[in-house]
Amino acid sequence: MATSSLTANLDQIFIILRDWLVGYLPAVLRPAAGVVLGAIAIVGVFPGLFAVVVILERKGVGRIQNRYGPNRVGPFGLLQPIADAIKALIKEDIVPDRADHVVHFLAPIVLLVTVFMGFAVLPVGRNMVLVDMDAGLLFFIAMGAATELSVFMAGWSSRNKFSMLGAMRGIAQMISYEVVLVLSTVPVVMTAGSLSLTRIIAAQNSYSGVFPHWYIFTPWGAAGFLAFSIAGMAETNRSPFDVPEGESEIVAGYHTEYSGFKFAIFFIAEYLSMISISGLAATLFLGGWSAPFSFLAFIPSWIWFFSKVILSLFVFIWVRGTLPRLRQDQLMNFAWKFVLPFTLLNLLVTALWRFMGEGWLRWVVSTAILAAAYVLMGRVGMRKEQFGPRRYRYAE
Amino acid sequence: MSVVFYLLAAITLAGGLVAVLLKQLVHCALATTVAFAGLALLFLQLDAQFAGFAQILVYIGAVAILIVFAILLTHGSELPKGGVFSRTWFVGFVIAAGVFAVLAWAVLQSVRAVPQQSTVPAVTVHDIGDALVGRYVLPLEIVALLLTAATIGAVIVAMHEKERPR
Repeated sequence: MATSSLTANLDQIFIILRDWLVGYLPAVLRPAAGVVLGAIAIVGVFPGLFAVVVILERKGVGRIQNRYGPNRVGPFGLLQPIADAIKALIKEDIVPDRADHVVHFLAPIVLLVTVFMGFAVLPVGRNMVLVDMDAGLLFFIAMGAATELSVFMAGWSSRNKFSMLGAMRGIAQMISYEVVLVLSTVPVVMTAGSLSLTRIIAAQNSYSGVFPHWYIFTPWGAAGFLAFSIAGMAETNRSPFDVPEGESEIVAGYHTEYSGFKFAIFFIAEYLSMISISGLAATLFLGGWSAPFSFLAFIPSWIWFFSKVILSLFVFIWVRGTLPRLRQDQLMNFAWKFVLPFTLLNLLVTALWRFMGEGWLRWVVSTAILAAAYVLMGRVGMRKEQFGPRRYRYAE
Repeated sequence: MSVVFYLLAAITLAGGLVAVLLKQLVHCALATTVAFAGLALLFLQLDAQFAGFAQILVYIGAVAILIVFAILLTHGSELPKGGVFSRTWFVGFVIAAGVFAVLAWAVLQSVRAVPQQSTVPAVTVHDIGDALVGRYVLPLEIVALLLTAATIGAVIVAMHEKERPR
């Protein structure tokens, strides 16, 4: 009995800590103080995770590309993020003379604020969510949609053709993949019957034997997770979907004209949105903070959540190191002609799954439909592509 | 009416006003976004989460971007030479005031027409979903059909014209 109460306390340690801290205040201020503490935790923890991810990425991509990566600052180069942060803070902030100063200043702020807002509804552990909204998923997606505007603001206000091109590419890409992103979450909402992220986790947090009922272990869940991951990578402008900032074509895209700390904010926001989209993927398809086997449930829930996030960030880095950048037309064709029809079909399959009742038949039917559609659409889509030597027309 | 309401109303109105008064069209579009955001926050203040988030998703995430794209693609981003006030501003003002008067009158009448409820109705997202696929399923389907037709129309307009054999 003593061990179970210990693990329960460890699971809730941050909640207990918060209540203990808030307990020193008069009762009137307590709810507000709890929210403020939660917000401070979010603003503190996730940028810390950002620093870890940066070093992980530079080291990881270094390994993939057969070089060392940073190895000068601190042991094994582990203190590199601190050096980078100091450098970004003390660098001169250069704003182009003809730039639109107000919009140029506001763009990174809008971006960072909207990215941070998404974390508010993300449950990072049992009872550990800042605001448990009835429409939490919708809030998250709405905040993701609002970041597009800041990309435009940055690109347009810089008065630079590279920035403008990057912004236009970025918005076109983000709008296209946002449709996929939203539609790939709908099956989860259909099955869980709620837009609240805590309730979506609660719906997955049960076990048959030792195995969990995560949505990725169903045919429609696996397909949805695949579509969601693709869309998430595109939403965060990560390679192979990084045409908006393709450094070999348009310098740095929409943040070409940003330097010093403003550039650092763009950098942080990109990684934070990666972290938040990974968190959402874990919440929707990987059971959020629930343990992968029922006998591992004694490990605190927040450890599971962050393990899943870091695992998915590792996949982000891995994909970046492995795949070449897509061309703009390939990007659009892929979104509208392959991923989107596949996601729409997945909606239908989920409905079938819901109404066919328990049994093995629904497993066979939904897997067959999805696999057949995947193969067929892939074949038909590939047939039109001419694989072979390609002739490019340069400016004539 | 709380302080929050007045603050949000001020933000919304300021966004709308600035959108009309500024010269640079892109600035106007961004100011419109501020007005949209103010409206979304007003919805949230009334505990209408779904409407508020849908407002952000649709208006800030899509409509504002669409406006901006339209401005940039039509060369409207250049500054107008003769100022932003057209010569017929007085007629426009009268029409706007007329529309505002009719709407305000309708809103004020509706307070009297609808019986006052003593308790605030608690509408969850679940209820909205139920209503959409239950009672209001036919209007929903009609809207869906309309949007599909509009999408197909847009694709046809944007499609390359096939080269005719000479």
